[in-house]
Amino acid sequence: MTEQPTSGVVNHGGSDQLGREAIRQVNPNVLGIIIFISSEAIFFLSLIVTYVVYRGASTSGPGAHVLNVPVTAVFTLFLWSSSLTMARVTAHLGRNDVAGVRRWLLITILLGAIFLVGQGYEYYHLYADNVTISRNLWASTFFTVTGFHGLHVLVGLISMSIMAGVISPGENHPWGATGVEAVSLYWHFVDAVWVVIFPVVYLWTLIS
Amino acid sequence: MAEQTRGYVPTYPTITAPTGLWRWVATVDHKDIGVLYIVTTLVFFLIGGLEAMFIRLQLIAPNAKVLDPETYDEFFTMHGTTMVFLTVMPLLIGFANYLVPLMIGARDMAFPRLNAMSYWLLLFGGLLLYFSFLAGQAPNGMWFMYVPQTLPPYTTGPGPNYWAAGLLVTSVGTIAASINLTVTILLLRAPGMAITRLPLFVWTVLVNSFLILWALPPLAAAMVMMLLDRLVGTHFFDVSAGGNVLLYEHLFWFLGHPEVYILILPVFGMVSETIPVFARKPIFGYTFIAASTVAIAFLAMSVWAHHMFTSGMGLTEDTFFSAASMLIAIPTGVKVFNWVATMWRGAIRWTSSMLFSIGFIGEFIIGGLTGPMLATVPVDWQVHDSYFIVAHLHYVFFGGSVMGIFAAAYYWYPKITGRLMSENLGKWHFWLTIVGLNLTFFPMHLNGLLGMPRHVYTYPNLPGLAELNFWETIGAFILATAVVVFVWNVVASVRFGRIAGNDPWDAWTLEWATASPPPPYNFASIPPVRSRRPLWDLKHPENPDPR
Repeated sequence: MTEQPTSGVVNHGGSDQLGREAIRQVNPNVLGIIIFISSEAIFFLSLIVTYVVYRGASTSGPGAHVLNVPVTAVFTLFLWSSSLTMARVTAHLGRNDVAGVRRWLLITILLGAIFLVGQGYEYYHLYADNVTISRNLWASTFFTVTGFHGLHVLVGLISMSIMAGVISPGENHPWGATGVEAVSLYWHFVDAVWVVIFPVVYLWTLIS
Repeated sequence: MAEQTRGYVPTYPTITAPTGLWRWVATVDHKDIGVLYIVTTLVFFLIGGLEAMFIRLQLIAPNAKVLDPETYDEFFTMHGTTMVFLTVMPLLIGFANYLVPLMIGARDMAFPRLNAMSYWLLLFGGLLLYFSFLAGQAPNGMWFMYVPQTLPPYTTGPGPNYWAAGLLVTSVGTIAASINLTVTILLLRAPGMAITRLPLFVWTVLVNSFLILWALPPLAAAMVMMLLDRLVGTHFFDVSAGGNVLLYEHLFWFLGHPEVYILILPVFGMVSETIPVFARKPIFGYTFIAASTVAIAFLAMSVWAHHMFTSGMGLTEDTFFSAASMLIAIPTGVKVFNWVATMWRGAIRWTSSMLFSIGFIGEFIIGGLTGPMLATVPVDWQVHDSYFIVAHLHYVFFGGSVMGIFAAAYYWYPKITGRLMSENLGKWHFWLTIVGLNLTFFPMHLNGLLGMPRHVYTYPNLPGLAELNFWETIGAFILATAVVVFVWNVVASVRFGRIAGNDPWDAWTLEWATASPPPPYNFASIPPVRSRRPLWDLKHPENPDPR
């Protein structure tokens, strides 16, 4: 009850003591999602490197200066604060408090959804100004990078909704705890990707 | 501790064992999925081989008219794509699927349903790729599908769309399979199966999974960009809009080069299992084989641009990638010496599996030696995109990967089916393969040095070219005969093979400690693991391995 249901470093220690119980302290769901995230990180790295390589290469306008940085900064705060509420979710997992987990999951979903609405608002105005994905090279890279991130936010919202639905009271930890733990790691990753994208795509325009 | 597994146990669904065809559709058993993988990839192997036979027929004489240029382009693109992405890579995943849980003493993979998903994504991705023939145009831009030639206005048909979409689907499955294998190996080992006692095949699968996980995403990104360029009108590779086609080459080869190690590392593991058993000696230098696998994987991530020496990168880049590529010869050479030292003064049993293992070493060395030649920048400038490359890569892929997979097939077939394959046919298969392989691919070195470019559908009647190509085509037919013998052996032995028993080779790893084929739960009780050869310890309690 006192220990966390998942994560934690494994002591591989002495040879024959390496029994199942010892190594199972890392849950498969959690290890699986960590490995998945490592692969996803390289996918985003490829897209972001592409954005950087092509920055300024476009032979025709418009460029990143058409972005409305303050508005996106506000929506960014909603996304990043959702990582904090996600931390509340995992805290309630440790207390076997299903209602608390569900409540904080819903708040996190709400914050993530607000970010997506913000992205939709941004896209809507860009399209209204005829800045479409096929307009020029910069627009292609911009919509691809932010679009794939938005897609990942959406997948996170769906996963959180599923976990909010299926989680149920358990003996020491809620049933589905490791699933929630895995989704939370994924969600932190999605937020972390935005920690890279937001400065590279938006803040960079302020100094150039 | 019970609560720790609470969220985890339900990933094993309770199903009443279905029968017939439905069994294969509904299965989440790692052995069934492994068999599905192996059979599916064998079919793709035959399709890809058939395409190769048409290519060789077209090239049998100068100015032949067997295939028109368009069809020829489609056939060799599909041949390469099929062999790399639909045959060897998923075939190795299939073997890993079947064997890894057995070898580490687990009951199944960590995520059985994800495992089934991985397989079905492979099948659907493959079908999507081949649907292109019905849709009017198969992919026709060589297996690397360089831009801008695969974009309008140079290629207006749908071929590249099917290539990118089909491979994206299979890639998702491949990444899922790699996650599954990694978690299984790290978390589901039997008590006592420390990471330093893993069978070497499992070691190579583990390293390979990380290579897949970290090398595939850039290709996925490149394919997404190509698809968007073709379907949505983006400008990633549109030079007039400021796009850069070199970016595609970098992204492609960031997968493309690790990919060739993805196709060979588990094969290194396979022969590291067969050679000790048939030489009756423990593997020489276990630690070196495992460590050199990690070294190869590490280096493999930093050599991709040696495919781009002719793209004009500059002296610094050329030097770096040339040196890094040559370094790979060191850990690879370490492995070869280990295998030879394992056989040294061993009581070698000349089974078909052992013949293929030894053949693998010899043929792989030929392909391996041309590797450092090609890593030398001026040599590469000379022979780039010539038949010299075709010879090199086929010695590595066929002489290396496929020969090793044949060794593994003869070795593990009795475990999978419960029956032995015919040794007589196996020896026919081996000698036909050796003759066919060398007759087909060795002369290609000379074609290349004479200046014959690859990817062209025909060639002029210049001195030497006609003779070399004629004998290569004869060699290809001998090779095809060898494959027919093999396929007949595989199919017929299911019914007519001798009953194998649990452990026909007197082997030492855990998969031989259970029935052939193993029951759904794998092991009624998991044997104790106290050394790298747990089964040796069981059979020879008076003389167990040192711990």
